[in-house]
Amino acid sequence: MDTVTESDTVIAMHQITTRFGSNAVHTGLDLEVRRGEILAIAGGSGSGKSVLLREMILLQRPTSGTIRVFDQDIATLTEAQAYALRLRWGVMFQRGGLFGALSVRENVALPLREHSGLPANMIDAIAEWKLRLTGLPADAGLKQPAALSGGMLKRASLARALSLDPELLFLDEPTSGLDPASAAGVNELILSTHARYGLTIVIVSHDLDLLWQVCDRVAVLGEGRVLAHGTMEELSRHTHPVVQAYFVDSRRREERTPHE
Amino acid sequence: MPSTTPTPDDSQQAAIARLAARQWALSGHWTARGLGRVPQILAAQPCDAGEVVLEGSELVALDSAGAWVLQHWLRGHAAVATLHGWPPHLQGLMTLVGEQSDATLPQPRKNGLLARTGESTAAAAQQAIALLHFIGEVALVALRLARHPRRLRLRHVLRNLQIDGFDALPIIGVTAFLLGVVVAYQGADQLRHYGANVFVVDLVGYAMLREFAPLISAIIIAGRSGSAYAAQIGTMVVAEEVDAMRTLAIDPIELLVLPKIIALAVALPLLTIFADITGVLGGMVMARSKLDISFYEFIDRFGREMQGAALLIGIGKSFVFAFVIATIGCFQGFRTQGSADSVGRQTTQSVVQSIFLVIVADALFSVAFNVLGL
Repeated sequence: MDTVTESDTVIAMHQITTRFGSNAVHTGLDLEVRRGEILAIAGGSGSGKSVLLREMILLQRPTSGTIRVFDQDIATLTEAQAYALRLRWGVMFQRGGLFGALSVRENVALPLREHSGLPANMIDAIAEWKLRLTGLPADAGLKQPAALSGGMLKRASLARALSLDPELLFLDEPTSGLDPASAAGVNELILSTHARYGLTIVIVSHDLDLLWQVCDRVAVLGEGRVLAHGTMEELSRHTHPVVQAYFVDSRRREERTPHE
Repeated sequence: MPSTTPTPDDSQQAAIARLAARQWALSGHWTARGLGRVPQILAAQPCDAGEVVLEGSELVALDSAGAWVLQHWLRGHAAVATLHGWPPHLQGLMTLVGEQSDATLPQPRKNGLLARTGESTAAAAQQAIALLHFIGEVALVALRLARHPRRLRLRHVLRNLQIDGFDALPIIGVTAFLLGVVVAYQGADQLRHYGANVFVVDLVGYAMLREFAPLISAIIIAGRSGSAYAAQIGTMVVAEEVDAMRTLAIDPIELLVLPKIIALAVALPLLTIFADITGVLGGMVMARSKLDISFYEFIDRFGREMQGAALLIGIGKSFVFAFVIATIGCFQGFRTQGSADSVGRQTTQSVVQSIFLVIVADALFSVAFNVLGL
């Protein structure tokens, strides 16, 4: 049933330049996201990872350059096109972005309430199911977001991002601030979500476990552009110091393991 | 699962048609956006129990919502679907949703009237005790500060004096002036009946100096500064800035609360004096145009008839109001919990409570002055 007209490139960013005043964050950056892959955008603090993500999801405009999402240039979208596009992706924000005034279930139900004509009890049932799929306990739905722990907040946020079955999922630092066990749980959750829906996932993260275990491809940002991209195996042979910094750290970790 | 689901136009909306007994054909976009009125149609459409064949070759897309609607319908009629001609990747989602049940969901607990009354009573009592705690804490810090006056944040006090006092002069001046006009106007008619025109001076003078100037200044400052205190401190609580302050061994009461209370205790009496002046000025203007009392006459009588006590009573009251407003504003700020939502709630509370308490205090003053014969 795949519509043939759409190419295998879900997002194409070409010659992106972003400036804040005199400070250039991106200078002529190129990046492609292919259908069905899990791509991670890595890079040090201040390398413009989050800005890049915000540019993909229509929250911010680059100073120059073109971004095409689902083969549409997002700079020239009409309001109706932008609306349709926003229904095709889900975004999980770093700090959850859940609405504090609503319960967790209401948060997940909100997109369905806003964008479909389903009866309320069915929307609640679907929302609960989505919450269960993300591994939240049964009583979490009625809680307020403020009452959730960090790991549960991420899961609830993911459930809301998935409530309209998006084709494209953006995860901003999905494991930041989590303990190793919760982070591993989130990694598995990303993989199982990917397997279930076959969607395209873009992750902003520099969590090494996540990069190794979850991602098909990693793009390392630095100096205003993509320094290197490829699988982690390929990147481990890359010579750029910023890229190497990721592997020096992991090698240290391997050295340490035998003594434990 | 919509691996590619352009938003459907009307012709592609979800539809279901009965082909034969135990056989249905699905078509269109069975997605949250494309379902349209299908849930309502299905609710009115009985389905045969037992094995049912769902023909899916015309199906364009299916998402969780669509699968849920279908399975809910089937479950309601104790039917089990055999999928025929379905795109393989859609079958998985359909099966997954089929394994779910329509179990009743836990609903938010709704308390009865009695329980709610009890809860809000307990909350009010708890809040009153917390307020006492807060006042005590502030008093202790103030005592400590009195022993080490060098620790007073003079810069913060001056800044608050500027923002809460000086910057409020125009609004308080204009409001009090208009209030003076209103009092003189209302009094003028009554006084003219008795030929007692000149008593408008006493009316305006006593009303403004004793009651209206301190009250209107306090109400404006409660709305202007009390709310700002609550919002500022509340936002800092949410952003963990107050906790950070505590861990840095900086007392948030010393840094955030005392400068505000001191500044307001200075600013509000001064603002009240200003309101006295502009209020009487407003009455004077009205008295001349309505009652033909010249400015000279007005001031002459004002000087002879008014007693200093009236002015001092007004200023004394405003001094108390300043404590009420600053304390309630800061107290509500510290009661903020968790989210941005809470900041808004506490800010509203601070304004409502401080205006209420100002009026309660004013009433108590009236009773007390009556007993004392002032």
